[in-house]
Amino acid sequence: MAELLRPYRALLASRLRAQLAYRRSFAMDLVGAAGIGVLELAEVLVIFSSISVLGELDLAGALLLFSFAGIGFSTADMVVGHVDSLPRYLRTGTLDAFLLRPLPVLAQLITSDLQLRRLGRTAVAVVVLVVALSMNTIAWSPALVALAVLTPVFSAVIFAALFVCAAGVQFWLVEGGEFANAFTYGGNYAASYPTSIFTLPMRVLFTFVVPAAFTAYLPTLVLLGHSGPAWTPAVLGWFAPVAAAGIWTVALLGWRAGLRHYTGAGS
Amino acid sequence: MTEPIISATDLSRDFVVHTGRGLRRRRSVTRAVADLAFTIEAGAAVGYIGANGAGKSTTIKMLTGILVPTSGRVRTCGLDPHRHRRELARRIGVVFGQRSQLWWDLPLSESYRALAAIHRLGPQALRARRDTLVERLDLGDFLETPVRQLSLGQRIRGEIAAALLHSPDLLILDEPTIGLDVLSKERLRQFLLEERATSDTTLLLTTHDMDDVQRLTDRIIVVDHGRMAYDGTLAGLVRRVGADRVIVVDLEENAAPLDDVAGTRLLGVEADGLRQRLAFTPGSTTAAAVLAQVSARASVRDLTIEEPDIEDVVRRLYASGA
Repeated sequence: MAELLRPYRALLASRLRAQLAYRRSFAMDLVGAAGIGVLELAEVLVIFSSISVLGELDLAGALLLFSFAGIGFSTADMVVGHVDSLPRYLRTGTLDAFLLRPLPVLAQLITSDLQLRRLGRTAVAVVVLVVALSMNTIAWSPALVALAVLTPVFSAVIFAALFVCAAGVQFWLVEGGEFANAFTYGGNYAASYPTSIFTLPMRVLFTFVVPAAFTAYLPTLVLLGHSGPAWTPAVLGWFAPVAAAGIWTVALLGWRAGLRHYTGAGS
Repeated sequence: MTEPIISATDLSRDFVVHTGRGLRRRRSVTRAVADLAFTIEAGAAVGYIGANGAGKSTTIKMLTGILVPTSGRVRTCGLDPHRHRRELARRIGVVFGQRSQLWWDLPLSESYRALAAIHRLGPQALRARRDTLVERLDLGDFLETPVRQLSLGQRIRGEIAAALLHSPDLLILDEPTIGLDVLSKERLRQFLLEERATSDTTLLLTTHDMDDVQRLTDRIIVVDHGRMAYDGTLAGLVRRVGADRVIVVDLEENAAPLDDVAGTRLLGVEADGLRQRLAFTPGSTTAAAVLAQVSARASVRDLTIEEPDIEDVVRRLYASGA
């Protein structure tokens, strides 16, 4: 296993050295990323300054949801977010260079970067998580502890799959960056608010098609003991791993079809 | 008999081109490579020549598994390039002169470490191979400089070392000398000649440079609009279409047209005979013999020799075949 991963460790290590070579610019990027996290937090706080409950959740609940989505999205963005540079790689021929190396192309694309600056945003979300956990009254049980620990992990896994889905689409839409962003950044936006505020079709879309609701909203309902709206009951909050497996299957099939489209192997 | 390192049979590749927008959008199919058939034996050195857009890059992409042929068959190192892309990648090295395969923000030494990990070379194998390449390509002075700060000549040498790090059976160079100055070109050719002499690496190169072809290859394949236009030696091609060198002499005094120099053809007389241009075919006479004959008739102040360029030869070939 260690031997299998050696090329990727070397690739990532080289990426990290390149980023840390410019310490001041790296520090600025880190602060900038944290700033984005703070602005998103401010948005939630502004909304709750005029209302007290949004889609079953009060401020404390909304902050918990915000932190789950924030940790998941920023981690996914750090690890795989750069796959959205695929159109540039297609134009500059970098993808051809990947095809000339004895490794899977998607694995090379993912390990072609690791945007450590996104940790700034993760840090904000982690602080909010700690605060939110203390603000909410949760009837802790071993199962709920496991859910609270695993939710950010599966949140990241689901967002990562959304990034890969978006990248796969770009094989067909070489300038489809904005379209793809609708699913990744749009998914994050949808995930940062209680899904129940959306109309039913949107709620179904962000639960069963783009599984953003699994990244934060549904687990939050379980933790807080809410029942959840029609069609998307709280019990679904336990099924983030299933949603993750489903969306990754779609992502990998889409990626494979995209690569086959690029090489002309037929799709 | 061993299997050839590259064999292509009726190789074709179409591209679908969309023109116009919306309802007017039209779909047309362009054939970039059409029914190419050739084999390259292990150890050969082949120049792959053609005008821009003749299908050279498309062919290379099919040989290396980046693109799948629309029809026909290709085998490289005994493998189906697309199906066994990763296995093939361990056995070939590819350099695209105009596209970097290195990491622009890393020094060469780091790039080589990453590439060694990708090709699963052990630390000792890496060190031995890298030291040889560093010495022979003279990379020592800039091994720790980020790639983006290297000159073009330095970068290309770095790229070639990267492509050879895993000791491939087949080295494919796509316009390796493009944009290089005379000295850098010469060093690169010298290295490639040595490399071929010391290992059995098969070389396939595309180029626009006649000297590259002359010095580095023993066979050339010319493509025109995706079709095979010529396959043989450079000498054979020159014989077929005629590729004359031109000797331009500047004389001390006006002289009569030098239209009787053996083995040459007088192309033009300028400035009342002060400058005269004589074409000759290499092989039938030499520049020295021509100069000796001219000197017997008039005193020469200066001379230059114009080489036929590959474009010119290819153009003549295209014209003769049409």
